Amino acid sequence: MNEIKKSLLVVDDDLDILEQTKLHLEAAGYNITTAESQKEAEEILKTFTPDLAVLDLMMENQDSGFILSYKIKKMNPAIPIIIVTAVTSQTGIAFDITTRQESSWIKADAIIEKEIRYEQLIGEIKRLLKE
Amino acid sequence: MSELKLLVVDDEPGMRLGVERTLRHYRFKLPNFEDEVTFNISMAETGSQALDILEKDKPDILVLDHKLPDIQGLDILLHITQKKIEILTIMVTAYASLEVAISATKNGAYDFLAKPFTPDELRNTIQKAAKHIYLQRQAQKLAEERKQVRFQFISVLAHELKSPIAAVEGYLRIIEKHMLGESIDKYDNMLKRSLKRLNGMQKMILDILDLTRIESGKKNRELTEVNVVEVAGESIDGVTQDARERGIQISVDAPDMVPINADRGEIEIIMNNFMTNAVKYNKDNGKVDVKIHTDPQGVVFSVSDTGIGMSDEDQKRLFGEFVRIKNDKTKEILGSGLGLSIVKKLLSFYDGSVTVNSVPDQGTTFTIRLKNIPLEKTDAAG
Repeated sequence: MNEIKKSLLVVDDDLDILEQTKLHLEAAGYNITTAESQKEAEEILKTFTPDLAVLDLMMENQDSGFILSYKIKKMNPAIPIIIVTAVTSQTGIAFDITTRQESSWIKADAIIEKEIRYEQLIGEIKRLLKE
Repeated sequence: MSELKLLVVDDEPGMRLGVERTLRHYRFKLPNFEDEVTFNISMAETGSQALDILEKDKPDILVLDHKLPDIQGLDILLHITQKKIEILTIMVTAYASLEVAISATKNGAYDFLAKPFTPDELRNTIQKAAKHIYLQRQAQKLAEERKQVRFQFISVLAHELKSPIAAVEGYLRIIEKHMLGESIDKYDNMLKRSLKRLNGMQKMILDILDLTRIESGKKNRELTEVNVVEVAGESIDGVTQDARERGIQISVDAPDMVPINADRGEIEIIMNNFMTNAVKYNKDNGKVDVKIHTDPQGVVFSVSDTGIGMSDEDQKRLFGEFVRIKNDKTKEILGSGLGLSIVKKLLSFYDGSVTVNSVPDQGTTFTIRLKNIPLEKTDAAG
């Protein structure tokens, strides 16, 4: 492959999950930049524009993922965003970005549950990057 | 102002009007409620009209005549019980028909009024019913709030317990697939991290057990005279190993004996939390200073460390359930986020308090005040 690798920003406050996601996505052929918090991600985004972002929903704020998503989309609406959350299965709070009302403020392209396998995450990334 | 809907069912127009006139401008205050209670009155001549209004308007109080042209009052009562309609019924019976009154009460009527009754009797009965409704509603609201808090706690708990499982499982899958190659050394860090996460989970489960024990069983407390200095000594023994590994020195400034009337187990939990935190959030080669002394009302002790400290903002959040201060300095330190919320609950049993004094990068001092629980008083209560 002589194609330039795509750069992904992965944000998660669980360092182990962050490490594992990085490993899997690097194995899938992506360049990975990581951040451990909403704050760190905001810092990184000042100088770095990823091709796609994978964001944990609950970090230092309950809705850190949404906040970051909103900020990234404001920077460049073309950057696809995947929000990873455990909220749906545990609290019964469901987000459905296919409804117009919620997709208008949740500026993400996909919301996936934390329990998913990495193959699924990679599949979703490929779909959004149109690979 | 708070309005209750009242439905009067009687085939005699004079009765209906009489009730309406008595209650139309009637208002009163209930003890412990801000609001004044007033009534919005509707009327029905027949049983079927009454059933209609019951269905449509959902009144709060029903003043029901036993003798109606179409259906019997008792049948309406039966309908209300069967359909589980929430309403307080006051049965109006003819003079001396005690039997009807009894059977009405048996069938779910809240109260009854014997004809003829005076306006005062009517008002008293209605006021009693209104009071009952408000107390019932208040109890319901409290129960719901409690359920909501419980639910929130359990969902956060589930989340906190699932995180380490997911982390360990993730590492195991990587190892299973030999993702980093065939050399076992490559996986050292993953194994170390997995063990650390499991250890953290274990501690969290112990904390949760502490918390549930505290919440469920104030009755199992055993109040005796406890020497706080002795408990502190044991607590320090528990952290010595960790402290030594990191070159942290612990010193104690206290007399031999500082007594407090307390449950020893509770004082141990409080002490352990502050000691472990003082070591955990310290810097290598740092210091922990423990001071304990008697106070006119009980005991004051403080635990100071020379650790990472925290901002004012973080200090405010510190005592919430599952709150962990997350930053670069704490990211390698594991904790359940329950320790200090447990401490806060325990301190409330001693009319106690805790103050935090912290400077980022310099250290934190917690000062804890506990008041004696009079021994004889609790003996009498138990």
